[in-house]
Amino acid sequence: MGTSATTIDHAAPPPAGQRSFVSRLTDGDEVAHLITLVFAAAILLITSLLVYELWINSTLSRAKFGWVFFWTRTWDPVSGDFGAAPFIYGTLVTAVVSLVIAVPLGLAAAIFLAELAPRRVSDSIAFLIDLLAAVPSVIYGLLGIFVIVPLMRTTIGPFLKTTLGFLPFFKGPNYGVGFLTAGIVLAIMIVPFIISVSREVLLTVPREQREAAMGLGATRWESTWQVVVPWARTGVMGSIFLALARALGETMAVTMVIGNDPKIAASLFAPGYTIAAVIANEFTEATGNLYLSALIELGLVLFLMTFILNGLARILIVATERGGGHGAA
Amino acid sequence: MSDIRLVWRKGLNIVMLTLTGVACFAVVAVLFMILGYLIWNGGKSLNWDFFTQLPKPVGEVGGGMANAIVGSLKLLGLAAVIGLPIGLMAGVYLAEFGGSVFSFVTRYTTDLLNGVPSIVMGIFAYTLLVLPVKHFSALAGGMALGVMVVPITVRATEEFLRAVPKSMREGAMALGASKWKTIATVILPAASGGIVTGMLLSLARVAGETAPLLFTAFSNRFWSPGLNQPIASLPVMIYTYAIAPYDDWHRQAWAAGLVLLAMVLVANLGCRLVLNRRGAYRSV
Amino acid sequence: MKRLSLIASLLLGLAGTAFAQGGTVLLNAAGATFPYPIYSKWFDVYHTAHPNVQINYQSIGSGGGIRQLQAGTVDFGASDGPMTDEQLAQSKVKVLHFPTVLGAVVPTYNVSGVTNDLNFTQKALAGIYLGTITKWNDPEIAKANPGVKLPGDDIVVVHRSDGSGTSYIFTDFLSKASGDWKSKVGAATSVNWPVGLGGKGNEGVTGLVKQTPGSIGYIELVYAVQNKIDYGKVQNAAGKFVKADLAGVTAAAAGVAKAIPDDFRVSITNAPGPASYPISSFTWLLIPAQIPDAAKKNVIKDFLKWMLTDGQNYNEGLFYSKLPSLVVTKEMKAIALIQ
Repeated sequence: MGTSATTIDHAAPPPAGQRSFVSRLTDGDEVAHLITLVFAAAILLITSLLVYELWINSTLSRAKFGWVFFWTRTWDPVSGDFGAAPFIYGTLVTAVVSLVIAVPLGLAAAIFLAELAPRRVSDSIAFLIDLLAAVPSVIYGLLGIFVIVPLMRTTIGPFLKTTLGFLPFFKGPNYGVGFLTAGIVLAIMIVPFIISVSREVLLTVPREQREAAMGLGATRWESTWQVVVPWARTGVMGSIFLALARALGETMAVTMVIGNDPKIAASLFAPGYTIAAVIANEFTEATGNLYLSALIELGLVLFLMTFILNGLARILIVATERGGGHGAA
Repeated sequence: MSDIRLVWRKGLNIVMLTLTGVACFAVVAVLFMILGYLIWNGGKSLNWDFFTQLPKPVGEVGGGMANAIVGSLKLLGLAAVIGLPIGLMAGVYLAEFGGSVFSFVTRYTTDLLNGVPSIVMGIFAYTLLVLPVKHFSALAGGMALGVMVVPITVRATEEFLRAVPKSMREGAMALGASKWKTIATVILPAASGGIVTGMLLSLARVAGETAPLLFTAFSNRFWSPGLNQPIASLPVMIYTYAIAPYDDWHRQAWAAGLVLLAMVLVANLGCRLVLNRRGAYRSV
Repeated sequence: MKRLSLIASLLLGLAGTAFAQGGTVLLNAAGATFPYPIYSKWFDVYHTAHPNVQINYQSIGSGGGIRQLQAGTVDFGASDGPMTDEQLAQSKVKVLHFPTVLGAVVPTYNVSGVTNDLNFTQKALAGIYLGTITKWNDPEIAKANPGVKLPGDDIVVVHRSDGSGTSYIFTDFLSKASGDWKSKVGAATSVNWPVGLGGKGNEGVTGLVKQTPGSIGYIELVYAVQNKIDYGKVQNAAGKFVKADLAGVTAAAAGVAKAIPDDFRVSITNAPGPASYPISSFTWLLIPAQIPDAAKKNVIKDFLKWMLTDGQNYNEGLFYSKLPSLVVTKEMKAIALIQ
């Protein structure tokens, strides 16, 4: 009556690699794999296209100026002589100023949030700070023009001149716009990133490290500064690099407060120019193909700068998350 | 001797810890001042005209930014249509199908794309979509923003897909579902909360971008029909009005700033609250 | 379900703006900030009279106007610096210049304690912008302003950061006023400024001067008037100090009206005559000689005719001078050149 041994006899799928193309096409899994693969490949395609377009459209300028482009100080559309030096200088100076302000402030705040504040307070404040990171750049520019520039002119500038006026950084007339103002606006913009990432990195430091330090008689501060922070050192560095990369690429807020003058000056009160700002200002009116090509070459330079920094930042952050730092007590 | 050293160390402890508190307070205070100043200045500048009228000729008082508000929404719509599918699918690939080398390269490239300054994105969109067809267009602006949307969406999708517990996958497999069916009917829905918020966050991020629009979408004094005409947008209007000398334009710039900030913050707040409350996923 | 229908209605709403109303002619134009106030008025009035025509003009600077016209991204451009022979030769499209209004570039300043109009000699302006005159109480400025108490503050120089026809007019004047300037810097829409802050557009320069004490900038007359900031008198070729106004600008153009070249490109800075305002200029619309789209061509031609007749009535209200009638007649004939 019954069969002796019920064997389930599906047509067993042939071993991989031996299926016909048609049957692979109709298999849902393979199709899904293919479709998603295509989209992932699209990202690679877009990025390569981006680099290609930057490269190709800057050919005129690269061919004409070569490496000299990087340290030529003139930017003269009339005679067709273009150089990147004032813009690289401006980009770096504003970024450095912003870091000098934002890193101590941000790191201190992150330490407070990670080590001292009760968890709920820390979480709520971190939430608020993440919101600060979402504010668009042009709004910082708006605040820059109407709040910080007048403040710089009437209060901050004169104060710095009376206290630190002997330094070459603070000599010269104070217009309100300039490197320092741009640096301050940038600092406000990057502080949230530093706090956010540093706080998370500090929170990953194992409890035992702190307890060990305290057990040896360290004060709270000593345990934080000499044990916890060094442990998270690479991650914190990563957050700084990330913030730096953001500061380098920032366009609108800077162009509204920097004074738009392609000059290299020692004084922080002087007006300057950054790569992003000059592209924003002059792109639509670059008469002549060499002019446009020079601007695109500047874009390429900016791209490379942020590319390298972002790469370093990722490596550092990942390194902390994986293995933790060294140099603990 | 050791007493003095101890006093010094204890003193330093209190000073430094207080300083960190001060720093934190300072940062939060700046945030509140920024928001407060913007709400104050923007709030008193908002009026019904702002939302319903087109800009008036130069130097005349009044008018509004109705076209810029709709323009921003339109550009966001374009960015979503262009960037979200790519981000979603690529995220699915990385989480579910990836081979090791190709995945690594894709992830690295996505990170790279994320770090590209927005003005460079503008140059890219210009060379690709403005030069060849010889006009500024909403489409070019939408494309520049769309490319910026991709990296955040990819990362959010991948993260939340990976966070779905193995048990759900294994359960589906045990019921005989093929891989793609599992993804489509079980895993994606489970991770949908996180993914959707990731998408909204990416859109909120590009809503405020100005630089890539300066020479792609350009700007428009009128309504912009279709996809091939220049289009006004809130960030570009804020920029144009802020650097001009007319007081009435400044007033409108504050109002626009408030509207833009409200859009961005509401999206961010909403997303983060949802994420915190529901956790990373929800069961089907 | 509710969410879905909300999304659907939003999409439909957006789709509604996605399709152009039939018969609407959309023109895109860009260029000079110098005449932006009058152009935006004109395009607005013209749109009210012809509701199916929208002319979207973006003031991005004369350099931008020339560039975008050459790139073909706009239907016509506007510039206060006429295109050079070189630019015309390089242009793939033949470009026609049509003067629209006459305007004045004024030196505007923000000096504490000074309420009356300052007199600027030609040497003073050149020296300030060359960076050789750095303080407000410099003898070159003081000697032209006896009895005015000038502070010892630093002069904050403001110029244009973008490619500008207003810069062209100003540097053209400076080149005629000072041999030094001519050899060191020259005249163009974008020059290598020896000193100063850069503002974007006439709007940006006005904004900077308004907000920066001790500053000086050069802007179109209407921007100074609309924003109620001081502007000074400039010494003309005959040695008189003239404050910019409609009469002074008209006087400057009077000499060239009869002999204006066929392509309308002419400079009237430093014009002779005791009443001439020395930093005056025409400003031009740059129209391609060949316009393939018939609807656009007709609109442009019609607008030009309107501009030369009814449009001119709006000039004086915004502090631009009307075109001399001889020039208007010649332009009317030139419209036929647009194919």
